[in-house]
Amino acid sequence: MPPDYLRAEAGIRSWLTTTDHKRIAIMFLVATTLALLLGGTFAMLLRTKLLTPGPGFIEPLTYNRLFTLHGVVMVFMFMIPAIPAVFGNFFLPMMLGAKDLAFPRVNLASFYVYLTGVALTLWGLVHGGADTGWTFYAPYATVSPTDVAPIAIGVFVLGVSSIMTGLNFIATTHMLRQRGLGWHGMPIFVWSIYATSVIQVIATPVLGLAVILVALDHALHMGMFDPALGGDPVLFEHLFWFYSHPAVYIMILPAMGVIGEIVPTFAKKTQFSYRALAYSSLGIAFVGFLTWGHHLFVAGISQLDAAIFGVMSMFVAIFSAIKVVTWIGTLYRGSITFGTPMLYFFAFVYLFAFGGMTGIAVATTSLDVHWHDTYFVIAHFHFIMIGGTLTAFLGAIHYWYPKMFGRMYPERWGLVSATLVFVGFNLTFVPQFLLGNAGMPRRYYSYPVRFHVLNVMSTLGAYLLGVALVLTLVYLVVSLRWGAPATPNPWGSRGFEWRSPSPPPVHNFVVPFDPARGHYAYDEPPPDVVHPEPP
Amino acid sequence: MIAPAAAAADPVVQIQYDSLARQHATARLGMWVFLGSESLLFAGLLALYAAYRFLFSAEFHAASAHANLVIGTVNTYLLLTSSLTMALAIHATRQGRRRRTVLFLLATIALGLGFDVLKTVEYAGHLSEGLAPGGYYAYEGLAAHGVVLYVTLYYLLTGLHALHVTGGLCVLAWLAVRARRGDFTPGAHIALELGGLYWHLVDLVWIFLWPLLYLIR
Repeated sequence: MPPDYLRAEAGIRSWLTTTDHKRIAIMFLVATTLALLLGGTFAMLLRTKLLTPGPGFIEPLTYNRLFTLHGVVMVFMFMIPAIPAVFGNFFLPMMLGAKDLAFPRVNLASFYVYLTGVALTLWGLVHGGADTGWTFYAPYATVSPTDVAPIAIGVFVLGVSSIMTGLNFIATTHMLRQRGLGWHGMPIFVWSIYATSVIQVIATPVLGLAVILVALDHALHMGMFDPALGGDPVLFEHLFWFYSHPAVYIMILPAMGVIGEIVPTFAKKTQFSYRALAYSSLGIAFVGFLTWGHHLFVAGISQLDAAIFGVMSMFVAIFSAIKVVTWIGTLYRGSITFGTPMLYFFAFVYLFAFGGMTGIAVATTSLDVHWHDTYFVIAHFHFIMIGGTLTAFLGAIHYWYPKMFGRMYPERWGLVSATLVFVGFNLTFVPQFLLGNAGMPRRYYSYPVRFHVLNVMSTLGAYLLGVALVLTLVYLVVSLRWGAPATPNPWGSRGFEWRSPSPPPVHNFVVPFDPARGHYAYDEPPPDVVHPEPP
Repeated sequence: MIAPAAAAADPVVQIQYDSLARQHATARLGMWVFLGSESLLFAGLLALYAAYRFLFSAEFHAASAHANLVIGTVNTYLLLTSSLTMALAIHATRQGRRRRTVLFLLATIALGLGFDVLKTVEYAGHLSEGLAPGGYYAYEGLAAHGVVLYVTLYYLLTGLHALHVTGGLCVLAWLAVRARRGDFTPGAHIALELGGLYWHLVDLVWIFLWPLLYLIR
């Protein structure tokens, strides 16, 4: 056997200078998990403050800084890189039968660019933070007394890292597919990551530009969006959401790709309507560029614009619904086993459907006027972001854990924590729908006493969610060393990546897999993992 | 001069590729995707330009009369010529003429430097008149909001472009060193090609900026 990628070389230096996509994926896993912990800590502090209606243990300005950093850290340091840079990095080349990504050095550089962005943002944090919200809306962001510039520049740098990742995935998917593996033989996960990469490459530069302009406005008073100098703040919103709405799909499409892998494996059944699933990802990526105006319904855009953006937004729901139907169709008459990844799939479908339907609700202009900037919107996008992306991230880490580390996680603890995540999540965000509908605005430090009970429920739910996540982290870290050794294909999957030993050797496969035995060929017995003959 | 150059570099096929041709085709694809991404960076600013031009068209007319048409035009010539010398450098490499490659690269660098120098002179002239961006605007002749926005956009667009020119010059200098060392052979000179693609993008962006900022009156 060739040595696996974890043991091929030893020492910290061999990690920091590696160009192996699998090792870079592990470094991203560590970094994004730390970002999740940091962003989660901010969330806990925010929810703790909201236990009481009046002044709490933190100052109002501190509160504003906390929700800004919660958003910035979660969106740009966790949600966007989490699934592509970790699982995409690890499994996209494996699923294509490639020995590495197209540009391994660019891949390593993207990690250090990411760290630079994190460092800049955190420097901004200790320097006083920003109180603008993660959206940096002009004109407030250009005159805020806090230090907006380093955080905005940090976001720009994180965007550069994201472009590098996307570019690499696009080139790899086009050029490094194994001989005999056509586009329609590719795993759904690859389609999703590919669609995501296209969005990253097209939309991110525009966001980078928008935040740099805000930073220039703030630091040098450039006045591009300052009404006092003739600028139009709504233009900032256009530029910002031209990226940041597609960015929502950067966060959710990879999650859908993960689900598309988990479901056939745990239902032991071929993907229902593979092409619908594959092309709906591209459909979302395309339509996602034409919906940004739904963030601006109350910002003074014309009724016609609002109507067009509203209808375009609903197209996203059609593509998403195709996906949900496809997953459920795959389950139908499958032989389903309930591992932890499958439990996360059920959580995902429920939460994503709920979040998606409320998305259609807020894309309806007449309703949005009522709900805009209330907790209803907060609950809606957390249903997609946490209910969707985070549960898929957790599903992915459990699903691929044996492959990545060659160890099993404790199934019992997995089931317990998945249940706790689901219960904690609902307890946190269902009350927020009710709060928003009753009129509680987002980003407020205090609230009327009549909202007290629901806020306490929400905070308790957040604590439960926090405990479940820490529990997950603990048993996953413990299993790295003490978990039972994993077989190459513990789930009996037909997937390409499972035809390699666990953990995989440095160049992914001992012998190339045969793409003629499809990634979802569940009408055939599982392919044997090919080991070389013992000498 | 030609003979030792060809033997100096032995291009390595990376492990994930089955041929050098495939590796180079992938590098080219990656570069094109990157250039697409880059053009969207400029597209964002051009969208701002379009919006503000629509809102303040009279002021934009008045303000663009203050652009330095002479320097702008000379700079256009410089950049277009530098694209030509860049293409000639690649052509020379394909013919295996190392010395000629280096000379054409140096010519490209000189033209690019000339662009940057003239741009600096132009900026200095504007600043001394008080035509400064945003809150620093102090020109007394024209004081409407749209004029300030035009001037700010002028600095942002040309500044971003000049950054790209300067970055490109660093890349070109590195390519010239490698060309002199004999890294590029007629069959394998992908870095030179990619550098050339990037340099042409810088040129292309300027072809949009020149009419938008100088010629439309």
